[in-house]
Amino acid sequence: MQTDTPLPMFDTDELVINMGPQHPSTHGVLRLVLKLDGERVIDCDPVIGYLHRGIEKLSENRDYTQIILLTDRMDYVAAATNNLGYVQTIEKLYSLEVPRRARYIRTVLSELQRVASHLLWLGTHAADLGALTVLLFGLRERELVLDLFEEYCGARLTYNTMRIGGQPVDVPPGWDRKVLAFCDVQESKLPEYEQLLTSNRIFMERTQDVGVITAADAIGVGLCGPPLRASGVYRDVRKDEPYAAYDEMEFDVPLGVRGDTYDRYLVRLEEFRQSLRIIRQAVQGIPEGPIMGKVPRLIKPPAGETYHAIEAPKGELGYFVVSDGKSVSPYRFRVRPPSLCNLQALPQLVRGHLVADVVALIGTIDIVLGEVDR
Amino acid sequence: MSEGPKPALDNPDSPDPQVKAAAPKPETKAAAPKPAPKPADGPGSPKPQAKAAAPPPLPPDQAPPADLAVPAFVAAVQSGVAGAVEQVSYWVGDWTVIVAAGRFAEVCTFLRDTPGCQFDYLSDLTAVDWPARAGKRFDLVASLYSTKLRQRVRVKAHVGEDEAISSVTGVWPAANWLEREVYDMFGVRFTGHPDLRRLLMPSDWQGHPQRKDYPLEGPGELLMESPQDWLKARQAAAEADVK
Repeated sequence: MQTDTPLPMFDTDELVINMGPQHPSTHGVLRLVLKLDGERVIDCDPVIGYLHRGIEKLSENRDYTQIILLTDRMDYVAAATNNLGYVQTIEKLYSLEVPRRARYIRTVLSELQRVASHLLWLGTHAADLGALTVLLFGLRERELVLDLFEEYCGARLTYNTMRIGGQPVDVPPGWDRKVLAFCDVQESKLPEYEQLLTSNRIFMERTQDVGVITAADAIGVGLCGPPLRASGVYRDVRKDEPYAAYDEMEFDVPLGVRGDTYDRYLVRLEEFRQSLRIIRQAVQGIPEGPIMGKVPRLIKPPAGETYHAIEAPKGELGYFVVSDGKSVSPYRFRVRPPSLCNLQALPQLVRGHLVADVVALIGTIDIVLGEVDR
Repeated sequence: MSEGPKPALDNPDSPDPQVKAAAPKPETKAAAPKPAPKPADGPGSPKPQAKAAAPPPLPPDQAPPADLAVPAFVAAVQSGVAGAVEQVSYWVGDWTVIVAAGRFAEVCTFLRDTPGCQFDYLSDLTAVDWPARAGKRFDLVASLYSTKLRQRVRVKAHVGEDEAISSVTGVWPAANWLEREVYDMFGVRFTGHPDLRRLLMPSDWQGHPQRKDYPLEGPGELLMESPQDWLKARQAAAEADVK
């Protein structure tokens, strides 16, 4: 006998949950408001600003040299590239000539920084997906980079290691040999990571076809750096608008095909090799000469404005500085943080995926909240 | 007394010509009979006064040098969007097109879609506050990049304090958060933005921190000096709100 009463149904309401700001896999104080249909994410609204320190406002009240120190605190796992972007912007505004030796040292430092930043990314990304060994491996090698930085400038995290017009200190004797030795060590360790991840069944299942973004979408939403290149867009500030000594370096820009999380992993892994290639060329080619250019004692650029971008480990890091020509501090100081622009694509990436993939996708865009919030 | 040490700090940093120029001042003033106490203040004392009296700065939009060829994309905007371009400026290799606020989105669409421009990538969108400029207080600045032709240009529009400008989120989705940040930090409103909320500051924040008249210390010193009083004041405000 059949009954007309319907079968008991499960509750199909949408569920709104809060992920973060204190969540280990949000890499800081990121809060996500997730709208769920069962396990699937329908919508995601990132809430940021928990680490906002008003660096732009502070910088407009500091003089040009003091700001270098503030830039350290933005992307605090890649302080050297933050310094580089800032000092180059002021040098451009001032039309200052930087000695070739200083430009080579900057190139070495910024590529070492890229390796250190990518190592931390690799470790935390893999740890989010359950491969804890890679985190230990990554931190082990990152320690070697930090030692090199410590020997060069005395600091291990916030380096404050560049000055407007050149470098504050010369490379210590024997440092170049240590850098080359590190390159060899790092190169020998890369197969270890690949062995653990690249053909790991679990890692592949968790990353392939997860968070696919097409090239056109990636450009439109403002993705930059490795995530943009993983979608197959040839865009690298080091190649397109060369700065420091990159125009004299030989390196390739790795590109992805499918634009998924796995491709973003492969692109960054290849960037290790290219960075080591650049470091080797630059450190062996450091020319003789001064490390500091001719710089006025009081930094006071003529009235004007400029936007200058560099390729930070996380993507295009831009500075927009307006000088009124009268003050010793910038009239307007604006940072275009790559993490912010990449994080903006997160809702687009996670829509339709499982909650567990959200963790993988936060990891894959490689954000640092210090830079997102400034 | 309090002014005394300030010039002493200023002087070592100042370039040589200024020190030399300032040095003879006390002698000439000492020769004059009337301002006898003034030399005691030191040569730098007129300086802060002069600084305070100096007019607030205006945007440094330099015209391009006459012998410099205007790039194709700037010429294309000038001829393609008739009457929208108010000024073209150039400084240390960067080209800026200053357009009328009402046609900002139109110029942006033109720059994205026209062959020869193809500015498909919005690098940055921000604002600059010029309180001294009458009427139109803000500069809205978009830094564009073309991933195909590898060129850059900046588009600028003057926006007034109570004026809304049309959003460019339809042109580049990347503008979404950047416009939210401009709204948050400067209070510039965008029409047609899908979700215009504060981005970095808390949603109940008062004021717009990046404006030049916003104090560096934040909303007030009461919180820093006596958090208890600050809490009481906040409680009272909340209670008044409920009633």
